[in-house]
Amino acid sequence: MCPGSILYYIMWELFKTFFHIGLFTFGGGYAMIPLIEAKVVDEKKWIDREMLLDLIAIAQSCPGIFAVNISIFIGYRIKGTAGAVVGALATSLPSFIIILAIALFFQQFRENEYVDRFFRGLRPAVVALIAAPVFRMGVRAKITLRTIWIPMVSAVAIWMFGVSPVYVILIAGLAGYAYGQFIKE
Amino acid sequence: MILLYLKLFWTFFQIGLFGFGGGYAMISMIQGEVVGRHHWMTNGEFTDIVAISQSTPGPIGINSATYVGYTSLINAGYAPVWGALGSLIATFAVVLPSLILMLAISRFFMKYKNHPAVEHTFMGLRPAVIGLLAAASLLLMNAENFSTPGQNPWQFFISVGLFLFAFIGQQVYKMNPILLLVLCGLSGLLLL
Repeated sequence: MCPGSILYYIMWELFKTFFHIGLFTFGGGYAMIPLIEAKVVDEKKWIDREMLLDLIAIAQSCPGIFAVNISIFIGYRIKGTAGAVVGALATSLPSFIIILAIALFFQQFRENEYVDRFFRGLRPAVVALIAAPVFRMGVRAKITLRTIWIPMVSAVAIWMFGVSPVYVILIAGLAGYAYGQFIKE
Repeated sequence: MILLYLKLFWTFFQIGLFGFGGGYAMISMIQGEVVGRHHWMTNGEFTDIVAISQSTPGPIGINSATYVGYTSLINAGYAPVWGALGSLIATFAVVLPSLILMLAISRFFMKYKNHPAVEHTFMGLRPAVIGLLAAASLLLMNAENFSTPGQNPWQFFISVGLFLFAFIGQQVYKMNPILLLVLCGLSGLLLL
């Protein structure tokens, strides 16, 4: 794989994109979704919004780290197994480097007042960035007045009743399968 | 030392394999193994990693594997170089099960995604995923992220303002999410 070859170029793009996403994902895996939307869906057009939704369902119902699962899937789709390895590596690397540096050099990082204030401003923005795709993706998922109860019931079950998202995914998948097999036919 | 590396690898491989339900569910698993079972660090040291994870980028699972890998070697009396190797081993071990499983699933999905049974399953899943996203943002609209009007009115109203700014910037003006994060962080630095 020499510099200048097309494979080298794609791998490098893949690495840069996920390194970037790993570096700016604050506050858990879902915070990564708007970044993936902007970079992977709109800018690079590696996958479309519908596939992103499928991918969230898959990554959520598998064990392991959500963000890493997503990058493995997208990497695989672009360049097979090698792409998947590059995706996983690029997503993990920024946090590995930063945490190791903090453990080695700045034990007092958390007590820094400026860091603390920066993060107080950043956190509401993280929440907003997770909220915004709900509406955009709702359009892509072709939600109509007849199906709008599905996201509402799912959200309330998780938010108010503390149901695990894994169960919501399992039930929704089985229900979709059963609906297609037995009712629509 | 080799034994400690092997134990780290095995522990984090298991966490990667059985860690369902996102970062915070994984954190309690890691705590049980690392503090309760192996006594690699104290509860206080473990709480530090949760706090640091909240103020650094990256998945919390990776953050804690890296931190635990380092700290467990240091606490056992080894030099920082060996701690860094511990970080590498723990982080690799927590990602490895995902890599194996997701590769198999990706292969399966690419092959069968147009099969009617798979299509129907995902037709049921898509609206539920929208619900998942909505729940994720609702769960984060809490006092920890926004404060409350009673507790700290200034922080609360600034936080709501920043939320609206980021939401509208993203939704209406399609601003770059990273730019929005940096702008809101800088506003926090100035105002909060």
